[in-house]
Amino acid sequence: MSNIPDDLSYTKEHEWIAGLDDGITVTIGITAYAAEALGDVVYVQLPEAGATVEAGDSVGEVESTKSVSEIYTPVGGEVVEVNQAVVDDPSLANSDPYGDGWMFRVRVEGDPEDLLSAEEYSALTSGES
Amino acid sequence: MSRPTPLRDVHESLGATLTDFAGWLMPLRYGSESAEHNAVRQAAGLFDLSHMGEIFVTGPQAGEALDYALVGHLSALAPGRARYTMIVNERGGVLDDLIVYRLGDEEFMVVANASNYEKVGEELKNRAKSYNAVVEDRSEQYALIAVQGPRAQEILATLTDADLAGLKYYAGLPGLVDGRQALIARTGYTGEDGFELFVANQDAVPLWHALTEAGRAHGLRPAGLSSRDTLRLEAGMPLYGNELGVELTPFDAGLGRVVKFDKPGDFVGRSALEAVKDTPPRRRLVGLVARGRRVPRHGYPVIKDGAVVGEVTSGAPSQILGKPIAMAYVDNGAEAGLAVDIRGSHEPMDLIELPFYRRNK
Repeated sequence: MSNIPDDLSYTKEHEWIAGLDDGITVTIGITAYAAEALGDVVYVQLPEAGATVEAGDSVGEVESTKSVSEIYTPVGGEVVEVNQAVVDDPSLANSDPYGDGWMFRVRVEGDPEDLLSAEEYSALTSGES
Repeated sequence: MSRPTPLRDVHESLGATLTDFAGWLMPLRYGSESAEHNAVRQAAGLFDLSHMGEIFVTGPQAGEALDYALVGHLSALAPGRARYTMIVNERGGVLDDLIVYRLGDEEFMVVANASNYEKVGEELKNRAKSYNAVVEDRSEQYALIAVQGPRAQEILATLTDADLAGLKYYAGLPGLVDGRQALIARTGYTGEDGFELFVANQDAVPLWHALTEAGRAHGLRPAGLSSRDTLRLEAGMPLYGNELGVELTPFDAGLGRVVKFDKPGDFVGRSALEAVKDTPPRRRLVGLVARGRRVPRHGYPVIKDGAVVGEVTSGAPSQILGKPIAMAYVDNGAEAGLAVDIRGSHEPMDLIELPFYRRNK
Protein backbone atom coordinates (compact mmCIF):
# COMPACT_ATOMS: atom_id res chain seq x y z
CA MET A 1 0.00 0.00 0.00
CA SER A 2 1.40 3.36 -1.02
CA ASN A 3 1.93 6.22 1.35
CA ILE A 4 -0.99 8.71 1.13
CA PRO A 5 -0.55 11.60 3.60
CA ASP A 6 -3.82 12.77 5.21
CA ASP A 7 -3.08 16.47 4.94
CA LEU A 8 -2.87 16.66 1.14
CA SER A 9 -5.48 16.78 -1.61
CA TYR A 10 -5.29 14.53 -4.67
CA THR A 11 -6.40 14.22 -8.28
CA LYS A 12 -7.61 11.23 -10.25
CA GLU A 13 -4.47 11.71 -12.39
CA HIS A 14 -2.30 10.99 -9.33
CA GLU A 15 -1.05 14.45 -8.46
CA TRP A 16 -0.99 15.76 -4.90
CA ILE A 17 -1.64 19.37 -3.86
CA ALA A 18 -0.38 20.94 -0.66
CA GLY A 19 -1.20 24.28 0.88
CA LEU A 20 -4.73 24.70 -0.46
CA ASP A 21 -5.98 25.99 2.87
CA ASP A 22 -3.47 28.79 2.70
CA GLY A 23 -5.37 29.98 -0.34
CA ILE A 24 -2.49 31.70 -2.08
CA THR A 25 0.24 29.42 -3.39
CA VAL A 26 -0.01 25.64 -3.66
CA THR A 27 2.65 22.98 -4.22
CA ILE A 28 2.01 20.13 -6.66
CA GLY A 29 3.73 16.80 -7.16
CA ILE A 30 3.00 13.22 -8.19
CA THR A 31 1.91 10.62 -5.64
CA ALA A 32 3.93 7.71 -4.32
CA TYR A 33 1.40 5.46 -6.05
CA ALA A 34 2.13 7.13 -9.39
CA ALA A 35 5.88 6.96 -8.84
CA GLU A 36 5.70 3.26 -7.99
CA ALA A 37 3.52 2.55 -11.02
CA LEU A 38 5.96 4.38 -13.30
CA GLY A 39 9.10 2.74 -11.94
CA ASP A 40 12.41 4.58 -11.96
CA VAL A 41 11.73 8.15 -13.10
CA VAL A 42 14.42 9.27 -15.56
CA TYR A 43 13.11 12.56 -16.92
CA VAL A 44 10.87 15.33 -15.64
CA GLN A 45 9.64 18.22 -17.77
CA LEU A 46 7.96 21.08 -15.93
CA PRO A 47 6.24 24.31 -16.97
CA GLU A 48 8.22 27.57 -17.07
CA ALA A 49 8.11 29.75 -14.02
CA GLY A 50 5.88 32.71 -14.89
CA ALA A 51 3.61 30.68 -17.17
CA THR A 52 -0.13 31.04 -16.79
CA VAL A 53 -1.95 27.71 -16.58
CA GLU A 54 -5.57 26.64 -16.37
CA ALA A 55 -6.97 23.91 -14.19
CA GLY A 56 -6.82 20.59 -16.08
CA ASP A 57 -4.00 21.66 -18.41
CA SER A 58 -1.21 19.24 -19.22
CA VAL A 59 1.83 21.21 -18.04
CA GLY A 60 4.64 18.68 -18.07
CA GLU A 61 5.62 15.05 -18.26
CA VAL A 62 7.28 12.35 -16.23
CA GLU A 63 9.19 9.60 -17.98
CA SER A 64 10.33 6.30 -16.55
CA THR A 65 12.20 3.40 -18.03
CA LYS A 66 9.01 1.87 -19.35
CA SER A 67 6.55 4.69 -19.87
CA VAL A 68 5.71 8.36 -19.98
CA SER A 69 2.81 10.19 -18.39
CA GLU A 70 1.64 13.76 -18.39
CA ILE A 71 1.45 16.06 -15.40
CA TYR A 72 -1.84 17.93 -15.12
CA THR A 73 -2.32 21.00 -13.00
CA PRO A 74 -5.41 20.73 -10.84
CA VAL A 75 -5.46 24.49 -10.28
CA GLY A 76 -5.20 27.52 -12.55
CA GLY A 77 -3.02 30.54 -11.99
CA GLU A 78 0.60 31.58 -12.36
CA VAL A 79 3.45 29.10 -12.01
CA VAL A 80 5.63 30.85 -9.46
CA GLU A 81 8.33 28.24 -8.93
CA VAL A 82 9.49 24.91 -10.37
CA ASN A 83 11.64 22.33 -8.62
CA GLN A 84 14.96 22.39 -10.50
CA ALA A 85 16.27 19.68 -8.14
CA VAL A 86 13.80 17.09 -9.46
CA VAL A 87 14.62 18.09 -13.05
CA ASP A 88 18.31 17.56 -12.33
CA ASP A 89 17.73 14.36 -10.33
CA PRO A 90 14.44 12.77 -11.41
CA SER A 91 14.93 9.88 -8.96
CA LEU A 92 13.71 12.29 -6.23
CA ALA A 93 10.22 11.62 -7.59
CA ASN A 94 10.67 8.00 -6.49
CA SER A 95 12.63 8.46 -3.29
CA ASP A 96 10.70 11.41 -1.80
CA PRO A 97 7.55 12.10 -3.85
CA TYR A 98 5.88 14.28 -1.18
CA GLY A 99 9.06 16.09 -0.16
CA ASP A 100 12.15 16.87 -2.24
CA GLY A 101 10.40 15.37 -5.29
CA TRP A 102 7.76 18.14 -5.47
CA MET A 103 7.20 19.50 -9.00
CA PHE A 104 5.93 23.11 -9.14
CA ARG A 105 4.08 25.86 -7.27
CA VAL A 106 1.09 27.82 -8.54
CA ARG A 107 -0.45 31.06 -7.26
CA VAL A 108 -4.08 30.02 -7.46
CA GLU A 109 -6.70 31.93 -9.41
CA GLY A 110 -10.22 30.56 -9.56
CA ASP A 111 -11.52 27.23 -8.33
CA PRO A 112 -9.53 24.01 -8.48
CA GLU A 113 -10.67 20.97 -10.43
CA ASP A 114 -12.50 18.27 -8.51
CA LEU A 115 -10.08 17.18 -5.84
CA LEU A 116 -10.03 14.03 -3.76
CA SER A 117 -9.38 13.66 -0.04
CA ALA A 118 -6.71 11.22 1.12
CA GLU A 119 -9.47 8.74 1.93
CA GLU A 120 -11.04 9.06 -1.51
CA TYR A 121 -7.66 8.79 -3.24
CA SER A 122 -6.83 5.72 -1.20
CA ALA A 123 -10.09 4.11 -2.36
CA LEU A 124 -9.29 5.03 -5.97
CA THR A 125 -5.82 3.51 -5.94
CA SER A 126 -6.73 0.36 -4.05
CA GLY A 127 -9.31 -0.25 -6.78
CA GLU A 128 -6.63 0.11 -9.45
CA SER A 129 -3.95 -2.03 -7.93
CA MET B 1 -6.80 -13.63 -16.60
CA SER B 2 -3.10 -14.03 -17.16
CA ARG B 3 -1.47 -17.33 -16.34
CA PRO B 4 0.84 -17.43 -13.34
CA THR B 5 4.23 -19.12 -13.50
CA PRO B 6 5.17 -21.66 -10.80
CA LEU B 7 7.07 -18.80 -9.11
CA ARG B 8 4.15 -16.38 -8.71
CA ASP B 9 3.97 -16.69 -4.91
CA VAL B 10 7.72 -16.13 -4.66
CA HIS B 11 7.45 -12.94 -6.73
CA GLU B 12 4.61 -11.66 -4.58
CA SER B 13 6.52 -12.34 -1.38
CA LEU B 14 9.43 -10.35 -2.85
CA GLY B 15 7.12 -7.40 -3.45
CA ALA B 16 7.31 -7.61 -7.23
CA THR B 17 5.21 -5.43 -9.48
CA LEU B 18 3.48 -8.02 -11.65
CA THR B 19 2.34 -7.36 -15.17
CA ASP B 20 0.60 -9.21 -17.96
CA PHE B 21 3.06 -10.18 -20.65
CA ALA B 22 1.84 -12.25 -23.59
CA GLY B 23 -0.88 -13.78 -21.44
CA TRP B 24 1.41 -14.53 -18.49
CA LEU B 25 1.54 -12.83 -15.11
CA MET B 26 5.22 -11.88 -14.90
CA PRO B 27 7.42 -9.83 -12.57
CA LEU B 28 8.06 -6.43 -14.16
CA ARG B 29 10.45 -5.39 -11.38
CA TYR B 30 11.05 -6.14 -7.72
CA GLY B 31 12.25 -2.67 -6.72
CA SER B 32 14.33 -0.30 -8.79
CA GLU B 33 14.69 -1.61 -12.34
CA SER B 34 17.91 0.40 -12.76
CA ALA B 35 19.40 -1.39 -9.76
CA GLU B 36 18.35 -4.73 -11.26
CA HIS B 37 19.90 -3.78 -14.59
CA ASN B 38 23.16 -2.75 -12.94
CA ALA B 39 23.27 -5.89 -10.81
CA VAL B 40 23.24 -8.00 -13.98
CA ARG B 41 26.04 -5.93 -15.54
CA GLN B 42 28.19 -5.93 -12.40
CA ALA B 43 27.27 -9.11 -10.45
CA ALA B 44 24.27 -11.25 -11.34
CA GLY B 45 20.50 -11.25 -11.73
CA LEU B 46 17.93 -14.00 -11.24
CA PHE B 47 15.09 -14.13 -13.78
CA ASP B 48 11.88 -16.11 -14.03
CA LEU B 49 11.43 -16.81 -17.74
CA SER B 50 8.86 -19.57 -17.40
CA HIS B 51 6.65 -17.86 -19.96
CA MET B 52 8.98 -19.00 -22.75
CA GLY B 53 7.83 -21.98 -24.82
CA GLU B 54 9.61 -25.35 -24.99
CA ILE B 55 8.72 -27.48 -28.00
CA PHE B 56 10.38 -30.87 -28.37
CA VAL B 57 11.07 -32.47 -31.73
CA THR B 58 12.14 -36.09 -31.50
CA GLY B 59 12.65 -39.06 -33.79
CA PRO B 60 15.02 -40.39 -36.45
CA GLN B 61 14.23 -37.46 -38.81
CA ALA B 62 13.94 -34.72 -36.18
CA GLY B 63 16.92 -32.85 -37.64
CA GLU B 64 15.64 -33.08 -41.22
CA ALA B 65 12.18 -31.94 -40.12
CA LEU B 66 13.71 -28.85 -38.49
CA ASP B 67 15.88 -28.18 -41.57
CA TYR B 68 12.64 -27.98 -43.57
CA ALA B 69 10.66 -26.07 -40.95
CA LEU B 70 13.27 -23.44 -39.98
CA VAL B 71 15.79 -21.27 -41.83
CA GLY B 72 18.79 -22.81 -40.04
CA HIS B 73 20.74 -26.02 -40.64
CA LEU B 74 19.82 -27.83 -37.46
CA SER B 75 20.66 -31.38 -38.57
CA ALA B 76 24.30 -30.21 -38.67
CA LEU B 77 24.19 -29.08 -35.05
CA ALA B 78 26.27 -31.21 -32.69
CA PRO B 79 24.47 -32.73 -29.70
CA GLY B 80 24.93 -30.43 -26.72
CA ARG B 81 25.05 -27.29 -28.84
CA ALA B 82 22.45 -24.58 -29.52
CA ARG B 83 21.69 -22.18 -32.39
CA TYR B 84 19.85 -18.91 -32.76
CA THR B 85 17.45 -19.33 -35.70
CA MET B 86 14.07 -18.29 -37.07
CA ILE B 87 10.84 -19.71 -38.40
CA VAL B 88 9.41 -17.85 -41.41
CA ASN B 89 6.30 -18.17 -43.56
CA GLU B 90 6.24 -18.90 -47.33
CA ARG B 91 6.80 -15.19 -48.01
CA GLY B 92 9.90 -15.18 -45.81
CA GLY B 93 8.19 -13.17 -43.04
CA VAL B 94 9.48 -13.93 -39.54
CA LEU B 95 6.98 -15.87 -37.41
CA ASP B 96 9.37 -16.05 -34.45
CA ASP B 97 13.00 -16.07 -33.48
CA LEU B 98 14.11 -19.21 -31.68
CA ILE B 99 16.91 -20.95 -29.89
CA VAL B 100 17.18 -24.62 -30.82
CA TYR B 101 19.10 -26.96 -28.51
CA ARG B 102 20.19 -30.36 -29.76
CA LEU B 103 19.83 -32.60 -26.72
CA GLY B 104 20.68 -35.86 -28.49
CA ASP B 105 20.98 -37.44 -31.94
CA GLU B 106 17.21 -37.66 -32.20
CA GLU B 107 16.07 -34.98 -29.74
CA PHE B 108 15.81 -31.20 -30.13
CA MET B 109 14.26 -28.53 -27.93
CA VAL B 110 12.94 -25.42 -29.67
CA VAL B 111 12.59 -22.42 -27.36
CA ALA B 112 10.06 -19.90 -28.65
CA ASN B 113 8.78 -16.56 -27.40
CA ALA B 114 5.80 -16.51 -25.05
CA SER B 115 3.68 -14.59 -27.52
CA ASN B 116 4.37 -17.06 -30.32
CA TYR B 117 4.99 -20.56 -29.02
CA GLU B 118 1.47 -21.89 -29.58
CA LYS B 119 1.61 -20.77 -33.20
CA VAL B 120 5.18 -22.11 -33.56
CA GLY B 121 4.14 -25.49 -32.13
CA GLU B 122 1.27 -25.75 -34.61
CA GLU B 123 3.51 -24.75 -37.53
CA LEU B 124 6.18 -27.27 -36.53
CA LYS B 125 3.56 -30.03 -36.31
CA ASN B 126 2.28 -29.20 -39.80
CA ARG B 127 5.73 -28.89 -41.29
CA ALA B 128 7.00 -32.14 -39.72
CA LYS B 129 4.09 -34.25 -40.99
CA SER B 130 5.96 -36.02 -43.77
CA TYR B 131 8.99 -36.72 -41.56
CA ASN B 132 9.59 -39.49 -39.06
CA ALA B 133 9.53 -37.05 -36.16
CA VAL B 134 7.21 -36.12 -33.30
CA VAL B 135 6.53 -32.52 -32.28
CA GLU B 136 5.35 -31.98 -28.73
CA ASP B 137 4.73 -28.67 -26.98
CA ARG B 138 5.87 -29.17 -23.37
CA SER B 139 5.78 -25.48 -22.43
CA GLU B 140 3.36 -26.06 -19.58
CA GLN B 141 5.59 -28.67 -17.96
CA TYR B 142 8.76 -26.56 -17.84
CA ALA B 143 9.88 -23.60 -15.83
CA LEU B 144 12.87 -21.53 -16.94
CA ILE B 145 15.12 -19.71 -14.48
CA ALA B 146 18.07 -17.66 -15.71
CA VAL B 147 21.16 -16.54 -13.81
CA GLN B 148 22.83 -13.78 -15.80
CA GLY B 149 25.89 -11.70 -15.11
CA PRO B 150 29.65 -11.91 -14.58
CA ARG B 151 29.21 -13.81 -11.27
CA ALA B 152 26.73 -16.33 -12.72
CA GLN B 153 29.21 -19.17 -13.09
CA GLU B 154 30.58 -18.79 -9.57
CA ILE B 155 27.07 -18.83 -8.15
CA LEU B 156 25.83 -21.79 -10.14
CA ALA B 157 29.02 -23.76 -9.45
CA THR B 158 28.12 -23.94 -5.76
CA LEU B 159 24.99 -25.94 -6.66
CA THR B 160 26.16 -28.34 -9.36
CA ASP B 161 29.00 -30.68 -10.28
CA ALA B 162 28.35 -30.07 -13.98
CA ASP B 163 31.36 -28.87 -15.97
CA LEU B 164 30.34 -25.22 -16.23
CA ALA B 165 33.80 -24.01 -17.20
CA GLY B 166 33.75 -26.43 -20.13
CA LEU B 167 30.27 -25.36 -21.22
CA LYS B 168 30.60 -23.03 -24.20
CA TYR B 169 28.37 -20.10 -25.09
CA TYR B 170 25.36 -21.54 -26.93
CA ALA B 171 25.78 -25.00 -25.47
CA GLY B 172 23.61 -26.97 -23.08
CA LEU B 173 23.95 -30.12 -21.01
CA PRO B 174 21.69 -32.05 -18.68
CA GLY B 175 22.81 -32.02 -15.05
CA LEU B 176 21.76 -31.84 -11.43
CA VAL B 177 21.40 -28.38 -9.88
CA ASP B 178 20.74 -28.46 -6.14
CA GLY B 179 19.87 -32.11 -6.69
CA ARG B 180 17.22 -31.35 -9.31
CA GLN B 181 17.34 -32.48 -12.93
CA ALA B 182 17.92 -29.50 -15.21
CA LEU B 183 19.00 -28.63 -18.70
CA ILE B 184 21.85 -26.21 -18.05
CA ALA B 185 22.31 -23.89 -21.03
CA ARG B 186 24.88 -21.15 -21.48
CA THR B 187 22.52 -18.75 -23.21
CA GLY B 188 20.79 -15.52 -22.35
CA TYR B 189 19.30 -12.25 -23.45
CA THR B 190 21.24 -9.68 -21.46
CA GLY B 191 24.60 -9.28 -23.19
CA GLU B 192 26.30 -10.91 -20.21
CA ASP B 193 27.64 -14.37 -19.54
CA GLY B 194 25.01 -16.50 -17.89
CA PHE B 195 22.97 -19.63 -17.71
CA GLU B 196 19.40 -20.67 -18.38
CA LEU B 197 18.06 -23.58 -16.35
CA PHE B 198 15.12 -25.53 -17.76
CA VAL B 199 13.48 -27.50 -14.95
CA ALA B 200 10.19 -29.25 -14.21
CA ASN B 201 7.55 -26.89 -12.82
CA GLN B 202 7.63 -28.43 -9.35
CA ASP B 203 11.38 -27.77 -9.04
CA ALA B 204 11.14 -24.07 -9.82
CA VAL B 205 10.47 -22.74 -6.30
CA PRO B 206 13.15 -24.76 -4.46
CA LEU B 207 15.67 -24.02 -7.21
CA TRP B 208 14.90 -20.28 -7.02
CA HIS B 209 15.48 -20.34 -3.25
CA ALA B 210 18.71 -22.32 -3.62
CA LEU B 211 20.03 -19.87 -6.22
CA THR B 212 19.01 -16.89 -4.07
CA GLU B 213 20.92 -18.37 -1.14
CA ALA B 214 23.95 -19.25 -3.27
CA GLY B 215 24.01 -15.79 -4.80
CA ARG B 216 23.64 -13.82 -1.60
CA ALA B 217 27.37 -13.28 -1.13
CA HIS B 218 27.83 -12.46 -4.83
CA GLY B 219 25.37 -9.60 -5.19
CA LEU B 220 22.70 -11.65 -7.00
CA ARG B 221 19.32 -9.98 -7.07
CA PRO B 222 15.99 -10.93 -8.60
CA ALA B 223 15.44 -9.04 -11.84
CA GLY B 224 12.21 -8.46 -13.73
CA LEU B 225 11.19 -8.09 -17.34
CA SER B 226 11.79 -4.34 -17.30
CA SER B 227 15.51 -4.77 -16.71
CA ARG B 228 15.60 -7.72 -19.12
CA ASP B 229 14.31 -5.37 -21.81
CA THR B 230 16.87 -2.61 -21.14
CA LEU B 231 19.68 -5.19 -20.92
CA ARG B 232 18.84 -6.76 -24.28
CA LEU B 233 18.40 -3.30 -25.82
CA GLU B 234 21.90 -2.21 -24.77
CA ALA B 235 23.20 -5.49 -26.19
CA GLY B 236 21.43 -4.78 -29.50
CA MET B 237 19.38 -7.97 -29.35
CA PRO B 238 16.09 -7.96 -31.27
CA LEU B 239 12.72 -8.49 -29.63
CA TYR B 240 9.93 -10.13 -31.57
CA GLY B 241 7.11 -7.62 -32.01
CA ASN B 242 9.58 -4.71 -31.94
CA GLU B 243 12.57 -5.36 -34.22
CA LEU B 244 11.11 -8.54 -35.74
CA GLY B 245 7.68 -9.27 -37.17
CA VAL B 246 5.84 -11.14 -39.88
CA GLU B 247 6.12 -8.19 -42.29
CA LEU B 248 9.93 -8.37 -42.12
CA THR B 249 12.33 -10.98 -43.46
CA PRO B 250 15.52 -11.97 -41.60
CA PHE B 251 17.39 -9.84 -44.19
CA ASP B 252 15.29 -6.78 -43.38
CA ALA B 253 16.40 -7.16 -39.77
CA GLY B 254 20.07 -7.46 -40.74
CA LEU B 255 20.02 -11.10 -39.63
CA GLY B 256 20.30 -12.78 -43.02
CA ARG B 257 23.24 -14.81 -41.68
CA VAL B 258 20.78 -17.13 -39.90
CA VAL B 259 19.36 -18.24 -43.27
CA LYS B 260 21.33 -21.29 -44.45
CA PHE B 261 20.73 -21.57 -48.20
CA ASP B 262 23.53 -24.13 -48.52
CA LYS B 263 21.73 -26.76 -46.46
CA PRO B 264 20.30 -29.69 -48.45
CA GLY B 265 16.68 -29.71 -49.52
CA ASP B 266 13.89 -27.20 -49.56
CA PHE B 267 12.72 -25.23 -46.54
CA VAL B 268 9.70 -23.08 -45.91
CA GLY B 269 10.42 -19.61 -47.25
CA ARG B 270 13.48 -20.59 -49.33
CA SER B 271 12.32 -19.23 -52.69
CA ALA B 272 11.01 -15.98 -51.19
CA LEU B 273 14.24 -15.41 -49.28
CA GLU B 274 16.47 -16.29 -52.25
CA ALA B 275 14.66 -13.61 -54.22
CA VAL B 276 15.52 -10.89 -51.70
CA LYS B 277 18.87 -11.99 -50.33
CA ASP B 278 20.95 -9.83 -52.67
CA THR B 279 18.68 -6.80 -52.65
CA PRO B 280 19.64 -4.32 -49.96
CA PRO B 281 16.54 -3.51 -47.91
CA ARG B 282 15.28 0.07 -48.03
CA ARG B 283 15.85 0.48 -44.30
CA ARG B 284 18.33 -0.99 -41.88
CA LEU B 285 18.31 -1.53 -38.15
CA VAL B 286 20.58 0.94 -36.36
CA GLY B 287 21.21 2.38 -32.93
CA LEU B 288 20.27 5.91 -31.95
CA VAL B 289 21.73 7.79 -28.99
CA ALA B 290 19.79 10.82 -27.79
CA ARG B 291 21.62 14.06 -27.16
CA GLY B 292 18.90 15.17 -24.78
CA ARG B 293 17.15 13.42 -21.94
CA ARG B 294 13.80 12.54 -23.50
CA VAL B 295 13.34 8.90 -24.41
CA PRO B 296 12.53 7.74 -27.95
CA ARG B 297 9.98 4.93 -27.80
CA HIS B 298 8.47 2.16 -29.93
CA GLY B 299 6.64 3.59 -32.95
CA TYR B 300 8.03 7.14 -32.83
CA PRO B 301 9.06 8.53 -36.27
CA VAL B 302 12.70 9.17 -37.14
CA ILE B 303 13.07 12.54 -38.89
CA LYS B 304 15.70 14.07 -41.18
CA ASP B 305 15.27 17.51 -42.75
CA GLY B 306 11.63 17.49 -41.73
CA ALA B 307 10.83 14.21 -43.48
CA VAL B 308 10.15 10.80 -41.94
CA VAL B 309 13.11 8.50 -42.66
CA GLY B 310 12.45 5.70 -40.20
CA GLU B 311 10.76 4.42 -37.09
CA VAL B 312 11.88 3.58 -33.57
CA THR B 313 11.36 -0.07 -32.63
CA SER B 314 12.58 -0.01 -28.99
CA GLY B 315 13.84 2.75 -26.73
CA ALA B 316 14.83 3.25 -23.11
CA PRO B 317 17.20 5.16 -20.89
CA SER B 318 20.59 3.43 -21.00
CA GLN B 319 22.41 2.80 -17.74
CA ILE B 320 25.73 2.21 -19.49
CA LEU B 321 25.66 5.36 -21.62
CA GLY B 322 23.70 7.52 -19.20
CA LYS B 323 21.54 8.68 -22.12
CA PRO B 324 18.38 7.48 -23.81
CA ILE B 325 19.00 4.95 -26.59
CA ALA B 326 16.86 3.34 -29.25
CA MET B 327 16.88 0.80 -32.01
CA ALA B 328 15.26 2.03 -35.20
CA TYR B 329 14.76 1.12 -38.82
CA VAL B 330 16.23 4.02 -40.79
CA ASP B 331 16.43 4.63 -44.56
CA ASN B 332 19.75 3.74 -46.14
CA GLY B 333 21.83 6.87 -46.54
CA ALA B 334 20.15 8.78 -43.70
CA GLU B 335 22.95 8.95 -41.14
CA ALA B 336 23.62 12.49 -39.96
CA GLY B 337 21.17 15.13 -38.81
CA LEU B 338 18.66 12.66 -37.43
CA ALA B 339 15.98 13.39 -34.88
CA VAL B 340 13.13 11.47 -33.30
CA ASP B 341 9.70 13.03 -33.08
CA ILE B 342 9.01 12.69 -29.37
CA ARG B 343 5.40 13.74 -28.97
CA GLY B 344 5.76 16.66 -31.34
CA SER B 345 9.26 17.77 -30.48
CA HIS B 346 12.16 16.81 -32.77
CA GLU B 347 14.90 15.59 -30.44
CA PRO B 348 18.37 15.23 -32.02
CA MET B 349 19.92 11.76 -32.19
CA ASP B 350 23.30 10.35 -33.16
CA LEU B 351 23.31 7.18 -35.22
CA ILE B 352 25.63 4.36 -34.15
CA GLU B 353 26.10 0.80 -35.29
CA LEU B 354 24.67 -1.82 -32.92
CA PRO B 355 25.24 -2.93 -30.25
CA PHE B 356 25.41 -0.14 -27.67
CA TYR B 357 27.18 -2.43 -25.24
CA ARG B 358 29.56 -5.35 -25.62
CA ARG B 359 30.93 -7.07 -22.56
CA ASN B 360 34.66 -7.54 -22.02
CA LYS B 361 35.42 -11.21 -22.43
